Amino acid sequence: MSMSAAIEFRGVSVRYDHLPALENISVSIPSGSFWGIIGPNGSGKSTFVKTALGLLTPYEGDVRTLGRVPADLGSLRARIGYVPQYAQLDFSFPLQVIDVVAMGLYGEIGLFRRLTRSHRERAYRALDRVQMREFADRQISALSGGQRQRVLIARALVVDPSLLILDEPTAALDHGSAEGLYDWVNRLHEEDGMTIILVTHDIGVVSQYVDSIACLNRSLVAHGRPRDVLSGDSLEEMYGCGAMLFGHGDVPHMVVSAKDAGKK
Amino acid sequence: MDFLQHTFMQRALIEAVLVGGICAVIGVYVVLNGLSFIGAGISHSTFAGVGIGLLLGVEPVLTALLFAVLVALSIGAVSEKSRLRHDTAVGIFFAATMALGVLLIGLMKDRYVDVLGYLFGNILALTAADVWMSLVMAAITGGIILALYKEFLALSFDAEVASVMGLPVRKLHYLLLVLIALTVVLSVKSVGVVLVSALIVTPAAAAWQLTVNFRRMMLLSLFFGIASSVAGLLLSWYVDIPSGAGIVLTATVVFFVAWAVSPRRRSPSPPALR
Ligand SMILES: Nc1ncnc2c1ncn2[C@@H]1O[C@H](COP(=O)(O)OP(=O)(O)OP(=O)(O)O)[C@@H](O)[C@H]1O
Ligand SMILES: [Mg+2]
Repeated sequence: MSMSAAIEFRGVSVRYDHLPALENISVSIPSGSFWGIIGPNGSGKSTFVKTALGLLTPYEGDVRTLGRVPADLGSLRARIGYVPQYAQLDFSFPLQVIDVVAMGLYGEIGLFRRLTRSHRERAYRALDRVQMREFADRQISALSGGQRQRVLIARALVVDPSLLILDEPTAALDHGSAEGLYDWVNRLHEEDGMTIILVTHDIGVVSQYVDSIACLNRSLVAHGRPRDVLSGDSLEEMYGCGAMLFGHGDVPHMVVSAKDAGKK
Repeated sequence: MDFLQHTFMQRALIEAVLVGGICAVIGVYVVLNGLSFIGAGISHSTFAGVGIGLLLGVEPVLTALLFAVLVALSIGAVSEKSRLRHDTAVGIFFAATMALGVLLIGLMKDRYVDVLGYLFGNILALTAADVWMSLVMAAITGGIILALYKEFLALSFDAEVASVMGLPVRKLHYLLLVLIALTVVLSVKSVGVVLVSALIVTPAAAAWQLTVNFRRMMLLSLFFGIASSVAGLLLSWYVDIPSGAGIVLTATVVFFVAWAVSPRRRSPSPPALR
């Protein structure tokens, strides 16, 4: 496996109990690239991301994240930022914005130790990056959905990750905020050389930014440069991601569901 | 302060501070993790542990400790391994272990057993050894919470991201369940297996009503827990009511006062609160 891959899957299958969610995925995401991951609901996008992060263990196949098996990432974990899919977190929790962002540093601080002033300063800087500094002392229950999302992104950025994984980060954002988010995620990619993996349904917008698109529908339907993937016209692609794309026009949106596609 | 002349009252006062304090601190994590029912399950199961000890002629607190820890770990394992929801797993353990306790105590027809004491506690009947045992358990529980304060917070708020950061989320979750078990056993003789879950949940729930800051919630809960225990004890001394009931009812009054003045109740999302 090449050392320059941020994430590498070789013949990876993942199951929940006995139900397959991903089948025989082989893909290599190079360091420093910006990948978009698309696919219909239930197609395994979040499963893919969680497997790369070591939250799920594959049923078969090999996973390498930053060159290591996810379970053995050790201190490399501090180089990963993760923004879960619109988090079902309890926002009535007695926490202020700055506390949530600083939580991103807990892994790095280590067991038993306490938060120092410099940790808090880093948390403020992360809030600056998502334009939320003025909300630092705000109780998290008193934020809008989009503001909450930005706080969770700041929590992922606070460690200065070299790999940033965002699972549908724009789900709670209005159109303008979503574009803004893509813009500065792209800046992180171009200026800091951060590897970005972005799960999204905004295919049209994302194809402007990303180097590559991976289209999942339990198996990896297609991957490559946006132009090539999105113009694919093989039957399988049509029924996988193609359908999502072309569905935005005259054809009803999302013609095909994950279960019908390809399999069975 | 005439009551302090009695040794049993001095012991009761120390015990009230220990039990009220530790219950209130662990209670914050119990409330924030939605583990209230698990707390109740673990505490009721302790009754079977008491029964085993009495039957074997061993100190019931020790067998209760072993048993409660076992049950805490089992509840964790059952809800993790099978698709059973937490509350279903607890519901099963809850009834089964209570029944086991009743059965075991029923077997000892020839002996007098203070069943009510273990069910509802009697803080005025403690021996010096009881208080020492509580002190040790309180020191262990309090020490672990103090050391892992921020890890338990991260676990409670977002276990998935905590796991990605490399925190030992599974171990922390099981440790939290074991600490609940320790807390319950620590409180068995003073407030009893039936009432202890109230003493765990109520002060933390009262504190939650009054603040949106985690640290302050912890300190407020600690204050409410200790104040309710001591006040409840004095109440039972002066008015002559059962101590466990006095303590829990005092905590409940505190909760309703907090609820009545709570900014959280007045506004679902309190922007003005800091
Ligand atoms: N915890 C779980 N237990 C059992 N099955 C699950 C679980 N999580 C996901 N699945 C199943 O695995 C499949 C893939 O789910 P996944 O969450 O990866 O989809 P997704 O592409 O992220 O969908 P979405 O666009 O809705 O976020 C789905 O069929 C889903 O029902
Ligand atoms: Mg998903």
